[in-house]
Amino acid sequence: MNWTVRLAVNGEPRTLALDDPRVTLLDLLRERLHLTGTKKGCDRGQCGACTVLVDGRRINSCLTLAVSLDGAAITTIEGLAQGDRLHPVQEAFIAHDALQCGFCTPGQIMSAVGLINEGQAGDDPERVREGMSGNLCRCSAYVGIVEAVRDAQATLTDKERAA
Amino acid sequence: MTPELNLSRDPAHLRHGSNIGQPLSRVDGLAKVTGTARYAADNNPPGLLYAVTAVSSIARGRVVALDVDAAKAHPGVVEVMTPANRPALAGDPDGKPNPFAFRFEALQNDRVRYANQPIALVIAESLEAATEGAALLAPRYEAEPARIGLDAGDAYVPPVVGMGFPAESHHGDVEAALAGSDRQITATYETPAHYHNAMEPHAIVAEWQGDKLVIDTPTQGLVMMRGRLAELFGIAPESILIRSPYLGGGFGGKGFIAGPQILGILAAKLVGRPVKLVVRREQLYGPFGHRSPTRQTLRLGADGAGRLSGIHHHARIATSSFEDFYEAAAHVTHTLYAAEAIATTYDAVRMDTGTPLFVRAPGIAPGSIALESAVDEMAEACGLDPLAFRVKNYAEVEPSTGKPFSSKALRECYTQGAERFGWWERPLKARTMRDKDGFLVGWGMGTATFHALMFAGQARAVIRRDGSGVVESGAHDMGQGAWTAFAQIAADSLALELDQVTFKAGTSDLPDAGIAGGSAHTATVGTAIHNAGAAVIAKLAELATSDQRSPLFGAGNAGVIARNGRLLRRDDEGRGESYADILARAGLDQIEGSGSGVPDPAANEQYAMHSHGAVFAEVKVDPDLGQVRVTRMVGAFAAGRIINPKLVNSQLIGGMIWGISLALHEEAVTDRRTGRIMNANLGEYHVPVNADVPAIEAFTVAEHDPFVNPLGIKGVGEIGITGSAGAVANAVAHATGIRVRRFPVRISDLVRSGH
Amino acid sequence: MNRFDYVKPATVAEAIAAAGAPGAAYLASGTNLLDLMKGNVVRPERLVDITHIKELTRIETSGNGDVRIGALVRNADLAYDASFAKDFPAVAEALLSGASAQLRNAATVGGNLLQRTRCAYFYDTASACNKRAPGSGCDARDGENSQHAVLGWSEACIATNPSDFCVPLAAFDAVVEVEGASGRREVALEALHLLTGTTPDRESVLAPGELIVAIRLPAAARAFAKHARYLKVRERNSYAFAVVSAAAGLVLENGSIQQARLALGGVAAKPWRAHEAEALLAGQPAEHGSFERAAEAALREATPSGDNAYKIPLARQLIVRALQAAMQGTPSRMPALPASPFSAVPGALHDA
Ligand SMILES: Cc1cc2nc3c(=O)[nH]c(=O)nc-3n(C[C@H](O)[C@H](O)[C@H](O)COP(=O)(O)OP(=O)(O)OC[C@H]3O[C@@H](n4cnc5c(N)ncnc54)[C@H](O)[C@@H]3O)c2cc1C
Ligand code: SF4
Ligand code: FES
Ligand code: FES
Repeated sequence: MNWTVRLAVNGEPRTLALDDPRVTLLDLLRERLHLTGTKKGCDRGQCGACTVLVDGRRINSCLTLAVSLDGAAITTIEGLAQGDRLHPVQEAFIAHDALQCGFCTPGQIMSAVGLINEGQAGDDPERVREGMSGNLCRCSAYVGIVEAVRDAQATLTDKERAA
Repeated sequence: MTPELNLSRDPAHLRHGSNIGQPLSRVDGLAKVTGTARYAADNNPPGLLYAVTAVSSIARGRVVALDVDAAKAHPGVVEVMTPANRPALAGDPDGKPNPFAFRFEALQNDRVRYANQPIALVIAESLEAATEGAALLAPRYEAEPARIGLDAGDAYVPPVVGMGFPAESHHGDVEAALAGSDRQITATYETPAHYHNAMEPHAIVAEWQGDKLVIDTPTQGLVMMRGRLAELFGIAPESILIRSPYLGGGFGGKGFIAGPQILGILAAKLVGRPVKLVVRREQLYGPFGHRSPTRQTLRLGADGAGRLSGIHHHARIATSSFEDFYEAAAHVTHTLYAAEAIATTYDAVRMDTGTPLFVRAPGIAPGSIALESAVDEMAEACGLDPLAFRVKNYAEVEPSTGKPFSSKALRECYTQGAERFGWWERPLKARTMRDKDGFLVGWGMGTATFHALMFAGQARAVIRRDGSGVVESGAHDMGQGAWTAFAQIAADSLALELDQVTFKAGTSDLPDAGIAGGSAHTATVGTAIHNAGAAVIAKLAELATSDQRSPLFGAGNAGVIARNGRLLRRDDEGRGESYADILARAGLDQIEGSGSGVPDPAANEQYAMHSHGAVFAEVKVDPDLGQVRVTRMVGAFAAGRIINPKLVNSQLIGGMIWGISLALHEEAVTDRRTGRIMNANLGEYHVPVNADVPAIEAFTVAEHDPFVNPLGIKGVGEIGITGSAGAVANAVAHATGIRVRRFPVRISDLVRSGH
Repeated sequence: MNRFDYVKPATVAEAIAAAGAPGAAYLASGTNLLDLMKGNVVRPERLVDITHIKELTRIETSGNGDVRIGALVRNADLAYDASFAKDFPAVAEALLSGASAQLRNAATVGGNLLQRTRCAYFYDTASACNKRAPGSGCDARDGENSQHAVLGWSEACIATNPSDFCVPLAAFDAVVEVEGASGRREVALEALHLLTGTTPDRESVLAPGELIVAIRLPAAARAFAKHARYLKVRERNSYAFAVVSAAAGLVLENGSIQQARLALGGVAAKPWRAHEAEALLAGQPAEHGSFERAAEAALREATPSGDNAYKIPLARQLIVRALQAAMQGTPSRMPALPASPFSAVPGALHDA
């Protein structure tokens, strides 16, 4: 049996015929759509490496069945930059050296984008720390991550003001 | 020492500071923030099949049955590999062709020697099918009692510890020194098993192209891995290509090939198609090494003035039932504090676990937390400030050998770190500081140290006709910043701008870069690159100075300097010509040179080589509930020449957070009855999250080391952990008045027991 | 993960019909269910995906002032619902102290109520576990049990309920609306979960196939809004389950306690409502001595089930702290680290 799943992946509408309901969103992205920017660190909701946005909200794609998402819009790390123009969070991650091995980084960045969208943390470093605590970084780039998120958040609001 | 190394010991062409020393952003940053950096598991070659291993749930015994039929009947399953049908290996997984070949399990028989050992592998068209196929194997075992814990068996003295240190070593008569001391303390500290837990699980995509083997797998030692694979599969090393451009963290866990990776290659052979095997997180707690648990007893003696007279550091450690690896936990005591007499001794037990191996700051990390705790306890016993006590016992020469240090700016670290932290405000007495909300506040410190090592590595440098450069070395980037730091050294070595040099790394067909470990990669490969660059420039100078048509004619090799893609006369910098012109006139497309980075035996004979640092930590502890929060941390480090301060800062801070983790968080919890690790996952095996980490500050103090290597590089990958774990533990003791000697410190240790 | 049959009903009635098949399980956001399936701890034959049932996604206030939360409301959405958080601050704080932002964005309130224990032996299919495989034994009993129950446990099972959300729900008399083949009924949250007894595999009073449709917070619980806190002690400052947690609410008048609510998490197989302690507090002055007496009463029956004796003084001290924090007043803004002892208000510490 095949399940039809309609998704908008990074803005591109896709209709997928899924032959197996067990496929998680993460494995769909990585193994079937070959969007391998999203990483698998634990496959159990315990690390945040698989964070993507579903309808604008950050979630762990490893604990989400793809079939269940019919109709959803998915944004992955591949969909963040506008052509050659990096998203402010991506830029800030480079500027603040908020990464080392880079494996947790796509998840961190998607989580940061989600956090800023949620609008709960503002510029408060403690709130940013708490809000980013669902993303482990074994290289422990946490200090840079907090700086990058605060920096990007400031840039984003400036833009909004300008707009 | 190679000739070119001499030639370049003070290379006139090197423009230190033009690239080297600059806080450049990571050159691989763009790929990493856009998701285009391709890690091993990101490869999806056409025709790919998925493999998933089944692992044992017993720690010792035999597998007596597997339901292969059930697995095969699952839709999508293509094949099941067991000892019965796995393709033959030319080499023996239980063989020991060299000391760095560690025994592993690749379905060579039905024996189980630890929990989570692979016992079969299922290959399927989809990951989902392979995963379920592995579950359907429902193994049955003949189990034998598991030997777990540091009292699991008869302890014995290991033949050697760490990388060949003696298991017993004495400097002076420690018993006499202790007996004659005014003050003595004896304390026993325990550290649990630690697992690397790099965010990237081990993974392999293996494809046989005829007799050629192409694999994507993260490794900290490309050429070494290639050699081992050649031996195991009975093929020439040149027939194997390993690609490992990015590692999602290594920490020592990706230094050696392990059973699951071999199984991935065997699976590809069995089915004649490319196979991807990504090890499941819980399965990482077994075949890939871990840090041995330790039980360390320190006996310290001091005179009335607080000078250490003797230190005896004994470590009980563990290895596996089938392999020998001994965590050199006591070793740190040889190099750190001046004492007339120092002795280190070890004993070990065999346990039914995977073989413990290198984990970030091997030996030193667990040793340092014990030593720094004990030193703090002694300082307290002497009524001295912990920093004052350490300064009093400052080692001007390496205590156990009497050798001078090649450089040692630890005093500056102490001074500047203490200043930055505000250390001298610290009350001597424990449990006397409170914040405005009533939380207990404690300040602790620790001395950081790590040996400045070099292995052996090679590099090749080329200047092309257009004047641009290419530098190649099979180096490894596991997050430490190799892509950037080596490109910086490469650019300086060729006197070019960064964007004029292409740096290639990360594949096994490039010059052997040795192993990325021991904090030695930058020193080793950096030296090799530096020498390769110098060799090309020398060749170019040779061409120019012997050519009458060149403005450099007759200047002699030593009379020429390189700058900005040009060679100039040293005595008249107005005269010179570009690399491109020199090559064009000589009718050459390119010119090539190679270099190696190896330690200088004479310098090593003469000097003790170590990095140092001082770490200061503040913690807050809830007086009733025992929850701890690190609120401030400052680390000052002296580590020779800093190639890229931005990336080095990240390394140091990352290390310091590992220190927090050792002190407060991580611990593998093993069920003694079964030998299974009960928290083999990232939910329960705690590593710090963002909310556990305060605004940490790390900085380096200037340190010029003319002896370690031509560039004066000492390495920063591991030192951050050392000192930091002790600093946090000491801060907890200072906050609470409770000295916890079993790590990590937990709520149950600090919760107020009465009311 | 086993293969399963996947169905996606659009209405409650369809869902209940679909779940009537043996081996069926409701799939909400799956953050617990899929985790367990990946570990082969549970292997349902059919998943009834309820996430597309629109009628279960609303937060409504009924005429009598009760707040009714549809079972599919996401944990984060409820916590960030401004009027809900204002009226039931301890519930919002508990929600925000659980799991991670990503998980809270996904997790539903219904799923949160029925999440299973985190006992490592329950998760480890090679271990004996009466909850997972009735009659097989309990390997936690003599195993690694520093996190296990100190109240209400039995020889058969010493597991705890891991939910943060349930603790203030129990304290504030939440009611669960349930619908099954035989119709709708209501269950007090406090009565939803079962202690382990001899049948630890039975975790709630729900019959097979019964669906949680909503959770209701009674209008009366608003009385505590000014003095309500949730505090959670954990080994990591975020993204960790509670070692012990406590929800406390007070109604104060001139420094004396009119009403008190108190419940504990991480100590038993259910959220542990401390009725006796509440009764002791009523009419007493809001001061340390009263809180200590209440804490004493709440833990009177507690006994270690293993290597966890420390949880008893810990729970006592946490109760005192939570009551003290409640007395100080609900913070005007959610603390930066929700439920963290480090976010408690100044002057609240016992031996300070
Ligand atoms: C890494 C990690 C950390 C976590 N930390 C915490 C924490 O600190 N505190 C905490 O409280 N929780 C924590 N959780 C648990 C989390 O809160 C739960 O997984 C989540 O609330 C479950 O909601 P869900 O919608 O995903 O449920 P699902 O996983 O879909 O379902 C859970 C169970 O409830 C049943 N079910 C779901 N909805 C209904 C319904 N309406 N009617 C009947 N049955 C239903 C399902 O059949 C299943 O058995 C953590 C989880 C993870 C993975
Ligand atoms: S405590 Fe309960 S859940 Fe844990 S092993 Fe025992 S029976 Fe199973
Ligand atoms: S891979 Fe999804 S949370 Fe770790
Ligand atoms: S950058 Fe390596 S895990 Fe975060």
